[in-house]
Amino acid sequence: MPDQVLFAMEAAINGLMAGVLYALVALGFVLIFKSSGIFNYAQGVFALFAALTLVGIMEGQVPFQHLINAIFGTELHGFGWETPAILAVVLTVGVMVVLAIAVERLILRHLVNQPDIILFMATIGLAYFMEGFGDLMWGADIKKLDVGLPQGGSFWIEENTAWLGGDGFYGFFIDRLDIVATIAAAILVIGLTAFSQFTKQGRALRAVADDHQAALSVGISLRFIWVLVWSIAGIVALVAGIMWGSKSGVQFSLSLIALKALPVLMLGGFTSIPGAIVGGLIIGMGEKLFEFLIGAPFLGGATENWFAYVLALLFLVFRPQGLFGDKIIERV
Amino acid sequence: MKLKLVTMALATALTAGSAVAQELVLPWMSYRTGPYAVGGIPLADGYTDYFTLLNERDGGINGVPVRLVNCETGYNTEKGVECYESTKGEGALVYQPLSTGITYQLIPKATADGIPIHSMGYGRTSAANGKVFKNVFNYPTNYWQAASVAVNYLLDENGGDLSGKTIALVYHNSAYGKEPIRTLEELSKKHGFNLSLLAVDHPGQEQKSQWLQIRRERPDYVLMWGWGVMNQVAIQEAANIRFPMENFIGVWWSGAEADVIPAGDAANGYKALAMNGVGTNFPIFDDIQKYVVDRGLAAGAGDQIGTVLYNRTIYAAFLAAEAIKTAMEIHGTKDITPEMMRDGMEALNITEAKMAAAGMPGFGPEFQVSCENHGGPGLGAVQQWDASTGTWSLITDFMEPDSEVINALIEEDSMAYAAENNIELRCN
Amino acid sequence: MFYREAGDFSTSYKEDSQTFPIRFDRYRYYVVLVVAFLVVPFVITDYWANAVFVPFLIYAIAAIGLNILTGYCGQVSLGTGGFMAVGAYAVYKLMTGFPDVSIVIHIIGAGFITAGVCILFGLPSLRIKGFYLAVATLAAQFFLVWLFNRVAWFYNYSASGQINAPEREVLGIVVTGPNTEAWAQYMISLVFVTACALLARNLTRGKLGRQWMSIRDMDIAAEIIGVNPLSAKLSAFAISGFFIGISGALFFAVYLGAVEVGEAFGINKSFLVLFMIIIGGLGSIFGSFAGAAFLVLMPVLLKNILVGQFGWATDLAVHIEFIIVGALIVIFLIIEPHGLAQLWRLAKEKLRLWPFPH
Repeated sequence: MPDQVLFAMEAAINGLMAGVLYALVALGFVLIFKSSGIFNYAQGVFALFAALTLVGIMEGQVPFQHLINAIFGTELHGFGWETPAILAVVLTVGVMVVLAIAVERLILRHLVNQPDIILFMATIGLAYFMEGFGDLMWGADIKKLDVGLPQGGSFWIEENTAWLGGDGFYGFFIDRLDIVATIAAAILVIGLTAFSQFTKQGRALRAVADDHQAALSVGISLRFIWVLVWSIAGIVALVAGIMWGSKSGVQFSLSLIALKALPVLMLGGFTSIPGAIVGGLIIGMGEKLFEFLIGAPFLGGATENWFAYVLALLFLVFRPQGLFGDKIIERV
Repeated sequence: MKLKLVTMALATALTAGSAVAQELVLPWMSYRTGPYAVGGIPLADGYTDYFTLLNERDGGINGVPVRLVNCETGYNTEKGVECYESTKGEGALVYQPLSTGITYQLIPKATADGIPIHSMGYGRTSAANGKVFKNVFNYPTNYWQAASVAVNYLLDENGGDLSGKTIALVYHNSAYGKEPIRTLEELSKKHGFNLSLLAVDHPGQEQKSQWLQIRRERPDYVLMWGWGVMNQVAIQEAANIRFPMENFIGVWWSGAEADVIPAGDAANGYKALAMNGVGTNFPIFDDIQKYVVDRGLAAGAGDQIGTVLYNRTIYAAFLAAEAIKTAMEIHGTKDITPEMMRDGMEALNITEAKMAAAGMPGFGPEFQVSCENHGGPGLGAVQQWDASTGTWSLITDFMEPDSEVINALIEEDSMAYAAENNIELRCN
Repeated sequence: MFYREAGDFSTSYKEDSQTFPIRFDRYRYYVVLVVAFLVVPFVITDYWANAVFVPFLIYAIAAIGLNILTGYCGQVSLGTGGFMAVGAYAVYKLMTGFPDVSIVIHIIGAGFITAGVCILFGLPSLRIKGFYLAVATLAAQFFLVWLFNRVAWFYNYSASGQINAPEREVLGIVVTGPNTEAWAQYMISLVFVTACALLARNLTRGKLGRQWMSIRDMDIAAEIIGVNPLSAKLSAFAISGFFIGISGALFFAVYLGAVEVGEAFGINKSFLVLFMIIIGGLGSIFGSFAGAAFLVLMPVLLKNILVGQFGWATDLAVHIEFIIVGALIVIFLIIEPHGLAQLWRLAKEKLRLWPFPH
């Protein structure tokens, strides 16, 4: 095969992998939107907060140490122990559940039956709050996140595909972290599907997603479902935070990954879990291929950010509710 | 006009009462929050600690205590404006905005207010032309000189010949990242290397396309103009495609501990440009330990001492202190004004003796500022990361840039600015 | 007591349909105008102008513009930053291209150019609705920023890629560039804000405003009663773009003086202005002002209290500032979900009945 075709394939494959990473972030949005109609602007900050908490626990950081040091003049730097990754993950999940309960108690409970835009705005407030709170709790400096995930291009794939092309082709490059992320995303989606199909709580969750009032009237506790959904979204945020944080270290910019999830959401539809995955794949592959074929050679590069939105826009013109979104039925 | 007189009278009436105790006011626009906090924290700590040291050890500069006015910008231009306006009334001597955006913002404002700006290794490159930019200084070096130093270093590595080689530039797609392009284009014509440009959009968490392109094209060298999360991701991606780290050179804002640590051992051998010494192997750090840390006065968490960016603002603070001393000398007074400070900066002469006296022998190059040249000689060195010991070390001396090419570019850009803003040339 | 309709008799249609039908409201409005035009300029300092008043006024224009589109016409837009950038770059090109023409004309021209761009990116709104429409405006946001960064013509091929506002005068008074007096900066912003607010207020009370609101409330129903969705939606985009363009032009020329597109007009700006109108109150001119004031003043106020009064470390102060602003937003919502404007309306209702609430 000519090298150029192979390169395009490589770009496409890596795009799909990147798409999985976008989808991981988008999943958190979809879960919450589906069950409560809230567009959770704070989802990116959740990912940051989860990753910060994970690293903080692993390294035995004292929460709020800067604040404590500033107020009491102490010299706290850490507990001096390190927690194994698995235990730290479990503890972080616990923290995210506590966070979900707090969100339900302090915010959602008071805003039942308000229009969507109001709930959206509440999550803006939440995002502001969490940004300050996370930094205050764990510090704003960069932290290395190492939970033992493999990183770097896979030699095996590279060696076994090099024969496909000529001298200029070195075999396909696939990041091992991306493979792990793909597996994690698959497990998450299968797990979520199984949970919502085969468990009582899962069925309750789907009922709430279908119709709040009908669900309430058959005795489903909305509050419990909300806590459940926000906890799951917190766990999804943790997974996304781990994947992105392994690449860049854990720092404030991690919260900006939410921007990468927006076109995915719009393309896939706000209410569909498979939509988030398929949307992520389309966006990832589309933007990488565009950058490879047109962006870098003709437009001077760095086109990915806007092309993702243009691509989503093109799909939306034909399907205004997103690929897998609920059909919009309007009655007068 | 009347209005201004009234407000001025008011202002003097207000400040007259408080200006009894003599002190040197230095505003410090730092950022410990926001997307660039990772780089901002060590930068903020170094400057603060140096002046704490001077106050604690020497009682200030020539006996006049220094008062640092902290202002948090979060790397945000609007907050930078707020900081400038809130501090300029306090008798601010010199502004170090620590952000290219805020520097551009302040150049006209500070020039109108007569307060000097020192943007060390960032900001507007052509401000090196003192004929046009009266109040702006960017010594000891700037981005264009950095690009040239990097190319000169590569020339040395290749026995003086780069023809036929390919150099790729990975840059932050913003004014800052695009700075070196013109210089590199000129130099590629001169030395016959191919230049390949790869833009990374803000914030730069996803750079797969760029690094796949590098993997395809296999450039001999990669230069990087990055900042923030882009640095960490780029170094990680370079490691992922197994690009030889010793052929990967970042600018001085892409070569701190925080940039290489997330990639772990894979970052070993990564190089970056430097404008000042690295490590804690200087007498001044003993003093910082003794007078600042042991007395519990260290800025921030006190865990950044000796890191690359910390040393950079130690250097910036040292240059500011030397300029204050020079200003005091020229004007024969201890109560200096921003105008006097400006004269002091323009007459600044950094010698080895002065650096040694400050406890920083060989920390930076010797240089002299003049009326025409506010940019210094532009000497730069290359530092390399050793992942096993977790230290940066300088692997070259401070090297000369290609002044012939750079000066022509600086002349051209600053003259365009002068024409656009009707600025009369000085230093005739 | 003194705030009520009783005794306030309209004797002509003109009086009946004036902007502020209650006398007290009218007087309050005149007092605000008098203070803004005749008192503030004489006491304003550089700090108050640059840190508080000028950004507040300019954001208020942007918020009015976005409120027309989102609050009145119901079209969610996240492209405000990009559209402000169009205004800024348009005014820059006009200022440097036609140095002899008045800056006021340039700013208005920038508004019209932005209106044109807005119409272009508003076209998908005919098919895409709700949160999904945000994608079209986000595409505009990212594309425009990329474009201004990429095409050197927009920044006159300067080596730095930044644009700088040259010095320009209105009636012999310098209003842009570094030598601008604080009061001149303030006055030009104030004049534009007043004009924009008047224009917006009267547009939204008229036929056009009613069309927008019918589209917002239910576009199919509006279509059935004879509102043309094409013209209603696109006019909302155009007029909103006009205001946003003016605010972008002022933001660059009067307030900052030098900008770089990615930093000054990034996606954060779009979110910020959207937050302003949601916090202030959707579909309310007063809400645009209230929201802009909240998000501009609150951080400055908190900073001055925490750092200036309590002497806290600046970084701790910023973190706590975020926490307080976030918490305040949530608390406001729980107390009054429809924004600051609704609080104001409720206060007025209470005032009417006071002191006999039953």
